[in-house]
Amino acid sequence: MPNGRVTIAFCTALTDNGIGKVTDMTDAPKRTPLYDLHVELGGKMVDFAGWEMPVQYPLGIMGEHKQCREKAAVFDVSHMGQVILRGEGVGEKLESLCPQAYATLKEGKARYGFFTNAEGGIMDDLIVSNAGDHYFVVVNAALRHQDIPHMQANLDGVEVTEIFDRALVAVQGPKAEDVVGDLCPAARDLKFMETTVADILGTECRISRLGYTGEDGYEISIPEDKAIEITRAFLAHDDCEAAGLGARDSLRLEAGLCLYGNDIDQSTSPIEASLGWAIQKRRKEEGGFPGADRIQRELADGPARKLVGIKPEGRAPARQGVEIQSAEGNTIGQITSGGFGPTVGGPVAMGYVSAGHAAPGGMVNLIIRGKPQPALIVALPFVTQNYKR
Amino acid sequence: MATYYSEEHEWIDVNGDTATLGITKHAAEQLGDVVFVEQQEVGDEFAKDGEIGVIESVKAASELYAPVDGEIVEVNETLADNPGALNEDPEGEAWIYKIKITDASQLEDLMDEAGYKDFIG
Repeated sequence: MPNGRVTIAFCTALTDNGIGKVTDMTDAPKRTPLYDLHVELGGKMVDFAGWEMPVQYPLGIMGEHKQCREKAAVFDVSHMGQVILRGEGVGEKLESLCPQAYATLKEGKARYGFFTNAEGGIMDDLIVSNAGDHYFVVVNAALRHQDIPHMQANLDGVEVTEIFDRALVAVQGPKAEDVVGDLCPAARDLKFMETTVADILGTECRISRLGYTGEDGYEISIPEDKAIEITRAFLAHDDCEAAGLGARDSLRLEAGLCLYGNDIDQSTSPIEASLGWAIQKRRKEEGGFPGADRIQRELADGPARKLVGIKPEGRAPARQGVEIQSAEGNTIGQITSGGFGPTVGGPVAMGYVSAGHAAPGGMVNLIIRGKPQPALIVALPFVTQNYKR
Repeated sequence: MATYYSEEHEWIDVNGDTATLGITKHAAEQLGDVVFVEQQEVGDEFAKDGEIGVIESVKAASELYAPVDGEIVEVNETLADNPGALNEDPEGEAWIYKIKITDASQLEDLMDEAGYKDFIG
């Protein structure tokens, strides 16, 4: 058990899947505006998608995970790409790249979506906010090099500007409203998937009530020179602790949220990934986005495979790449994300299985280190999402 | 009784031709929260450097490698229900196996406590 291997294996689990491949690894890993604070707090720094990020702090993944489910946790997500879109009809134009109804996204609202390719696969997932005089888009860290040229090339007459001078900090958990609201009362008035601009400690920040943990909370875009000061102010709250990428991964997995590169990629369609909820009715009916043929066909006829929740019956975690077999011993799919769910108190996983085996309640076998381990197909999420609607 | 350490971060407490084996505190800290231990069975024989179990933390799975040739004579079955003990007392209560050593000369390749401390820096 060489001491380096643990971390390396973890990084591989998160990056050896397409995310890492598109990143320019020849550069030294980049640092976010919060780097010095991570080091001061004892964060264990790893290279994630070309960024030097804390995988955990001294509290540990399990403790940080529970902190977020029970109270509040702060995550640095500044490695994600923040992009501003300006121009006439940005929402309509985004509809040519995404199956979401962005033309009708109201000011002050945010909406989850994805870029699809011509084959109906997912190029990346993203959050688009209508900020009034512009649109604010957040994309995955490793895919900013793909997404920004993609928007520049395809959104005619739209000015696409990547922001490099702002941190992005997520405050998540049932106490997030108090942690952020104590410093910024306007944050309390936001509902899930709403966004606004407000002052925190005298600095104008973009505050959006959303996240990727399954809990209530915020993502806050902060000018880089104020990022540490404001993050420290959140951490000064009794109910708030710093949490790293490890907890972020186990939280989103329990919440049944897809990780790009693991659960969704260029080959998986949104319908296969059970993301049909994220395509609004008008777009489903009218099409007019890349890959609409496949996506509309799968909506009508059902997909050949489906992303499902998988609950191993034993204690052994089933990780990415584990083969899924039917009770009869036929290969029916593969685990795409899996590990230990601290809130569930046992192993949890997601994976694709052929459509005939996707119904909750079905028994399958997971081939872990050569041995079949029984598991149950279950409805996602594993932990009830706790959003403030 | 003498304690030896391997480069794979195991400790082995030798008493005649039997020994108790586990992972070091350093290994447990690096692994983080342990959630599952896969152990072999009493009577299983193994060769030095062979895989004799898997320890899974929240982060990742790590193999346990045999520091010497031997045979498993006792398995710490409490770890199945309480894998977290490996974080609390990895060099005590949370031992993993008791083994019979078949080639005591292999112990010479292992480190003593001072050597291991240098090794992990």
